[in-house]
Amino acid sequence: MKTIILRTASNYMLPLLLVFSVFILLRGHYLPGGGFVGGLIASIAFVLHAFANGLEDTRKLIRFHPGFLMPAGLTVSFLSGISPIIFANKPLMTGLWYPHHLPIVGNLGSALFFDIGVFLVVVGVTLTIIFTISESA
Amino acid sequence: MIEQLVIYPLVIQMLLAIVLMFFWSRIKWQRVISIIGSVVNLGMAVWLFVLVWQNGTQSIQAGNWEAPFGITFVADTFAATLVLLTSIAGLAVSSFSAGSVISARLKFGFFPIYHFLLLGLNGAFLTGDIFNLYVWFEIIIITSFVLLTIGGEKAQLEGAVKYFTLNILASIIFLTAIAVLYGLTGSLNMADLASKVAAVENRTLVQVNALLFLVGFGIKSALFPLYFWLPASYHTPPSAVSAIFGGLLTKVGVYALIRVFTLIFEVDPFLENVLLAVAVLTLFSGAVGAIVQNNIRKIFSYLVICHIGYMIAGLGMMTEVAITGAIFYLIHDIMVKTNLFMVSGVIYKIKANHNIRKLGDLYAEYPKLSLLFAVPLFSLVGVPPLSGFWPKLSLISEGWNTENFTVIAAILFASFITLVVIVKLWGEVFWKTGEKLPEVRNFPYFNKLSKVKRTQMLAPIIFLTLVTLYLGFGAGNIQNLAERIAFELMDNQEYINTVLRK
Repeated sequence: MKTIILRTASNYMLPLLLVFSVFILLRGHYLPGGGFVGGLIASIAFVLHAFANGLEDTRKLIRFHPGFLMPAGLTVSFLSGISPIIFANKPLMTGLWYPHHLPIVGNLGSALFFDIGVFLVVVGVTLTIIFTISESA
Repeated sequence: MIEQLVIYPLVIQMLLAIVLMFFWSRIKWQRVISIIGSVVNLGMAVWLFVLVWQNGTQSIQAGNWEAPFGITFVADTFAATLVLLTSIAGLAVSSFSAGSVISARLKFGFFPIYHFLLLGLNGAFLTGDIFNLYVWFEIIIITSFVLLTIGGEKAQLEGAVKYFTLNILASIIFLTAIAVLYGLTGSLNMADLASKVAAVENRTLVQVNALLFLVGFGIKSALFPLYFWLPASYHTPPSAVSAIFGGLLTKVGVYALIRVFTLIFEVDPFLENVLLAVAVLTLFSGAVGAIVQNNIRKIFSYLVICHIGYMIAGLGMMTEVAITGAIFYLIHDIMVKTNLFMVSGVIYKIKANHNIRKLGDLYAEYPKLSLLFAVPLFSLVGVPPLSGFWPKLSLISEGWNTENFTVIAAILFASFITLVVIVKLWGEVFWKTGEKLPEVRNFPYFNKLSKVKRTQMLAPIIFLTLVTLYLGFGAGNIQNLAERIAFELMDNQEYINTVLRK
């Protein structure tokens, strides 16, 4: 798989796909997209990099074990889920919204943080699975 | 913040699981966090129970979406009691796993997964939405599958394949039933369904749908003839895992059956006969299965099946007294079965063997422990005044009143066979002079374990034995509780009004 074309292309594809995954994540509130799909696209970016440059290079690029993203993502989602109980005394998962419109992001609410958590968990799970499989193969 | 109390048992288990994931490879920390977290969770469950006992049914709407549209969490007395029992059993098994499961297994995320399982159980008891119930069932299946296979022994994998195949089949049937129900009524909220199902004109389809639910939950609660996955898998994982499975997993199915058939569907005479026939056959086949086994945990697995029959018999008779008996039995069974699988775990640690023909001498070597183990064993049989006796009294007297003599015969038969099995087990394991068992090398024998580990294994057994003794000697209180639950189940207006905010 280590052809020069793929290797060169993957260097450009990695940031492009990551930006695209963030775009999909942010788009998700009203349109098709969201944390799950975004997370899959982000992990595809790393998988493509691993195919072209070898697993070791990708590991160096990510620096920490992708499994760490699972509890981290769960924490973000969990906090966004219980924040209405803590701050507003409303039931679990009630949407809390920042009242003003922000540039680029649009309306900021706790739902976005829930999606970011899902995004991280999906990246963590997918990369852990794929790294483990390609290690043992 | 007290208005949100209904959701706290879920929040705590989720938080625990996440914190434990951060400590993935630090087993020592995981043990401590899991036990302390379980204590906190027990406190929360007691608080919820007291609140529900004093103020009646509580409910909250997740996401603040109004009732038939959002996901509702409801704590009526039934749900709060089961959450309390889950927390008691959860604390006991958490401590028991810290003492008995070897660290090579704990390294693969045993404790985080265990707390996700408890999250699933609490969720299933508290949810008021039938589709959400399905989601909690999925969480329970996935986590229990992981717990079943951690360690990767051949027998474990074989058991897990059978377990997973049949349970996923049950999920498919359950999901189909939900789809049909949604097609008929356009609602998923159980309180809302209660009135809408009654108004559906196509009664045949409603009956078929009720049967689909019966089959789906029947596989999960190991009813005749759908129980074959249970004895094939429960004796393979570590005893700590068998304990939580034997104590709680099948009972979630029973809980769902009782909830669905008291709240959503009216039980017509046909369904009543089906339930009673199934109960009789479950009692019979579980008892007969138990009597021929020699492996301790296989004996207990068949007894799990057998005793599910009592609860289904209570549900099948569908009177308030019979449901009271079923609920009391459910409470008793969760405590005793969890305890018995832990007892089998300690016996295995002492002797490195599960076969009752080869075991022996336990009473001579450990007289105090043997007396401790006698309480759950004979409570299972229902020797008065221990806890297994009282619910059978309600069931038999109600069987007499409703003239279901076959059911009475089956209940007596199953109790008798349970007595035979337990007496045989007592004679073989505790009194007999056993042959000298060969020393297994590198086996963590009970008397070689550190004092902390031995305490971690024995403390939960003592704790659950005390609970069992309370269930027996304080039977009046438990009977009151069961009567109140049965009343709320038969007259479900309070549940519906609380959820729909009428």
